[in-house]
Order: sequence, then structure tokens, then C-alpha cells
Amino acid sequence: MPLLWLRVATVLYGLGLLHAFLMLRRKGERAGRVAAPAVGLGMVFHFVSLVETALLSGYLELLTIRHAESALALLVALIFMGVYLRYKTPSPAAFIFPLIFILTFASAMDQHAMAFTSPRIRSGWIVFHVCSLLAGYAMLFLTFVSSVLYLILSRQLKHKQTVSWAARLPALQEIDELGYKSLLLGLPFMTAGLMAGVLVAQEHYGSTYFADPKVLLSLLMWGIYLVLLYTRWSAGWRGRKAACLASFGFFVAVCAWGANYLSRLHRFVGP
Amino acid sequence: MNFFVLGVNHKTAPVEVRERFAIPEVRLPEALGKLTSMDGIEEGMIVSTCNRVEIFAHSQNGDCDLRKFVREYFGFRAGEYEPYIFEHEQLEAVAHIFRVASSLDSMVVGESQILGQVKDAYATARAVGAVTSQLDQLLTRAFAVAKKVRNETTIAVSPVSIASVAAELAEKIFGSLAGKSVYLVGAGNTCELAARHLIAHGAKKIFVCNRTPERAVALANKFEGEAISFERLYDTVPRADIVISSTGAPHTIFRKEHGEKFLHLRKNRPMFFIDLAVPRDIDPGLNDLDGVFVYNIDDLQQVAQSHLGERRKEAARAELLVKEEVRKFEQRAQNAEVVPTIVSLQQHLETLRQSELERMRSRLGDLTPEQEMAVEALTRGIINKIMHTPITTLKSVAHDPESNVVIDVVRKLFNLCRKVC
Repeated sequence: MPLLWLRVATVLYGLGLLHAFLMLRRKGERAGRVAAPAVGLGMVFHFVSLVETALLSGYLELLTIRHAESALALLVALIFMGVYLRYKTPSPAAFIFPLIFILTFASAMDQHAMAFTSPRIRSGWIVFHVCSLLAGYAMLFLTFVSSVLYLILSRQLKHKQTVSWAARLPALQEIDELGYKSLLLGLPFMTAGLMAGVLVAQEHYGSTYFADPKVLLSLLMWGIYLVLLYTRWSAGWRGRKAACLASFGFFVAVCAWGANYLSRLHRFVGP
Repeated sequence: MNFFVLGVNHKTAPVEVRERFAIPEVRLPEALGKLTSMDGIEEGMIVSTCNRVEIFAHSQNGDCDLRKFVREYFGFRAGEYEPYIFEHEQLEAVAHIFRVASSLDSMVVGESQILGQVKDAYATARAVGAVTSQLDQLLTRAFAVAKKVRNETTIAVSPVSIASVAAELAEKIFGSLAGKSVYLVGAGNTCELAARHLIAHGAKKIFVCNRTPERAVALANKFEGEAISFERLYDTVPRADIVISSTGAPHTIFRKEHGEKFLHLRKNRPMFFIDLAVPRDIDPGLNDLDGVFVYNIDDLQQVAQSHLGERRKEAARAELLVKEEVRKFEQRAQNAEVVPTIVSLQQHLETLRQSELERMRSRLGDLTPEQEMAVEALTRGIINKIMHTPITTLKSVAHDPESNVVIDVVRKLFNLCRKVC
């Protein structure tokens, strides 16, 4: 059953995605007509699916990498909805919906990939570690999206040309604020998540865990997070420089996510 | 549906002619009284603005001479101003009022003032009893069409004047302008106008700097702002989010190195420079800095032009909407007039048939069910044949202005009451 709900959610997200692209093309089109309700409904099914999975397995934690992807997709969708309701702008949809759709699609198609069978993942610390980091990833993605939008809008304003879909973006300063807030909100999640990870790993593996590619990439990502915030506070970095840095941070985040396939530590396959 | 409109507007007549037709607001009730007292005219409304003087009328029998009213009311000679006058009847008149209310007939297509002006004219005409039923329905519909056009097209979305374009761009950069500060360099009229628009959008603090301190103080007082002496010109800039410059200086005042300094002091918070001066006050190189946006008078004009172009494109969509609404209005009007007549004709003949059958029943004696059905079919057939021509005629004249005449004839011939009985 949970898989069925997840597939229904995938279809609804797909519908939202199609409408988001249609909105780029057509001027009068409103997100409230299809995209937002479709994704909202998708989120309900998605949530039901996650809860049912947890009930069936008896554990709250994410048992496979697909579950982790599904949870991340729901988090990102939740953040998009927050932004949509607060800023009344559907423009980030063009960037965020594809990610939500791909994550949910992958999760809905292949539920048996790489099960985390190690009993260790049932420890509360690990659950905390994974959930915090997922929230951190979602926030970092939003920072990345908003810095790209900032760049696009700022270019358009400088070149004195307005493309119809960019005309419906929120104001430059609002996009900036959005990126900054998600950065501020994401850092505590990421820090807490990493700390929890370090504590658990220290206890089980000693200092060897440090050589793991995923650990290194995650630390690099955290470092970029810090640099982003520092340059913002000290020099008020915005626009091109900040966008480049955020894009790099996002790239590292994608690598860190992908490193699950390389990492011995993060497979959590039972012996 | 006997609607008529006659008048002059910015498309048909120059201002010298339009002002001869203008009727001041205080004299409208009297003019409306004269209009509705004329032969054939049952209802009337007059829209008199700087761009148009248009007289709308409804006549029951289609006999309506608005030219005569214009001659008599304004005291023109026969044929005077004839080339400037336009006239529409029936559906064309309906389409015209729909287009006027939707601002498709305006000089600046999509402007919002005209709808208010038509509403005022309607209110005045209603107050003096010049608009009662048919024109009332037409105008209520026209306001609904105007609302539809506004909601379903983007005809009125983008601003088309330089000052409002500047305010729109500022909002695109800063979001809400509430609490933003504006720095006026030079105290010219264009500067003042742009500042007024920004204040209307929420800008709070105004600084004014001018070579002549008295003028700076005078303008600053108007906006309850702060006058800055010319020596301290650059010191205040970092405090301002929007800088509007329109001095008569022969060289640029703000250059790239200034911009870098401002940005440093503002911790890279964005700045918007509006250059209204010719020769320019602001070095275009400033625009290359991350976070600085420079628009000169040509850039603003270009944006305004492109918005006008967009409005024209949207106007084509709006025209289709109006066309569809005219068709619906026509259909409704036809139904409103012809359908009740057909229904009462059918009812009338059916009553006759029933009462004749009742009367003859005693003479016919007991009938078998087959005979009963045959009598029923025979009588029904006769009345259907009788009704056939009147009904087809009614349906075919529904589109014509003479439909009222035919409806009246049918009602008189068959002795039908006015409404469905």
C-alpha cells in the first residue's frame, strides 16, 4: 500500500511539474490552478506513504536509500509550499519540482535498492543524524535555487530586458532574503546532523571513519555553508559571487549524496 | 434591442472640436432631461470626459434622432462638425460601450480611469431617472465585461509612464518600497514627479541636493524630507536606496569609483540609480557593478514602449473577449423579447383548443380511445399549422431592429398580454 500512495504522489508531482513548465511559457497561467493543488495533494499521499512504511516496519528510521530520497523529496516540497505561501511566487517551482519529481520517482519505482540492514541504524542517534542532514540538504538546495534566481533577475534588470516568466519573479531583495533565511535555518540542522554522525562514528569505528569519502564531502559542504554565511555577514556578498559559492556547495551536496554508493560507512549493510 | 450611440472622441475629433461638445458635470442632469424628453428616446446617458463626449440612448421603436438632440442642445447648424461625429446602432452600439468601459477605446489602452468615468455617468443618469431598464441592463453588463477583461488579460498590468515605470523597477529590485529612502539630485520637475510616484508606492525618507540650496530646501519641505548641501553630495548617497539625478551638469557626477565606495559602505546592499538628465549624470559603467542598477531616460522610455506593445497585444485578446460578450448579450436580448411572445402564443392557442374541445364533447358523445386520439391529433395539428408562420417569423426577425414591431403585431393579432401570462 505505501508504494501505491507514493506512486499516486509521483503522478501528482509530475502533474505539478508539467504545469510549472507550462507557466514558464504562458503568461496568464496561475500556479493556484493546477501546480500548487497537485503538489499539495501529492504531499498528503506522500506523507501517508511514509507514515505507513514506518508503521509496517515498526521503526521510524529510513530503511533504504529510496526511503531517504522519498523523505528528502517531501521535505523539499514542504519548503517550496512554505515559500509559495509566504512570497506568493511559484517561480522556484521550475527548479524545485524536477528535483522533487526525480527523487520521488526513483523512490516509487525501486523500493528494494540497497536496504540498510545493519542493526545500528535503529539507534536514535542515527535517526537524528539522518533527519537533520536531510533538512540541511533541503535548505541548501533552496539557497542554491534562490541564488540562481537572483542572478537571472539581476542580469535581466541590468540588461534592461524582461522575459515574461522572469517578470513574475519576486523582487530581487526578496529572493535574496529567501536565500539568506534558508542558509541561516539550514546551518543548525547541518551542524547538529554532522555532530550526531561524528559522535556515533567515533564510538563504533574510532578515528577511521574520517577517511570515508562521504564524511569528507559532508564536512566540505558544511565548510562552504560557513563561508557563505561569513561572507554574507562580513562583506554582504550577494549576486554573482554568492551564487557561485552556493552552486559549488550544492554540487558538493550532490556528490555527498551520491557518495552513499562509494562509502563503506554509510551503507549500513549488516554483516 | 434598440441601442444608439453618437458622439465625438479622441479618435474622431481634435481637442478643439471635443471641447465644443463637452458638457460640464453640473449641467449633465439638465442635458439628460432634454435627451429623454425627445421623441422616441426612452432612456439616455451622457459620458463627457476630456477624451470623449458620447451620448447613449435606448428607443422602444427604433426611432431615435441623436443628431437632432446635438443640434438643438449645442445650437449647432445642420451639418456642422458632421465629419467628426461617429454613430453606432444596435449591436455596434453595444460593442462600443463594452469597448469603452474595458478601456479598449482609450488613448492609452488599458488605463483605469475611463471605467470610473463611465460609472459616474451611469450614476448621474440613474439618479435623474434617465436610465431605468434596457440601458441599465446594458451598462451592468458593460461593467462586468470590463472586469472580465481586466481579470483575464494583462492589459492593465504594466505601467506606461516614465515615472511609474521607475517606481515599478524600484519595486522589482527592493520588493516593497516601504521604509526605502530616495535621494533627489537636482530639483527639476521630472525628479519631483518620479519622487511622487515612489512615495505613493511607500518610499519614506527623501533627501534633496541641489546646487541652489534654496530650491533644495523648498523641494525637501514639500516631501518633509532633508535638504543636503552640494558639498556633501556624495556623503549622503550610501544612505539612499534609490538615487534620482537630473542636474544640468555637463559631465557625469557619479562614476564607477563612486559606486564601488557606496557599495562598500552599504555592505553590497543593492542601489537603484535613475538618470533623468541629458547629458547624463551617471556613468553607464556603474551598471557593471554587482548590485547597482542604472536606468537612464531612454531605458525607461524603452520599457514604457515595450509595455505599450504588450498592452496592444493583450488588447487583441480583449477584443475577442468583447466580441464573445456582445454575442452573448445579443442572444440574451433576443430570448428576452421573442421567447415570451412565442410562449404566450402557444399557451393562448392551447387554451382555445382545450375550451373548444370541452364545448364540443357533449355533441360528440362517447368516443372510443382511438377516436379520442384522432380528435386530439386533429386539433393539435390545426393549431400547430396556425402557429407555424408567426413563430418562424418571430425567430427570423429576432436579429432585426424591427423585431419589436413584429412582436407587437403578433401580440395584437392574437390578443396576447405583454408578458407571459
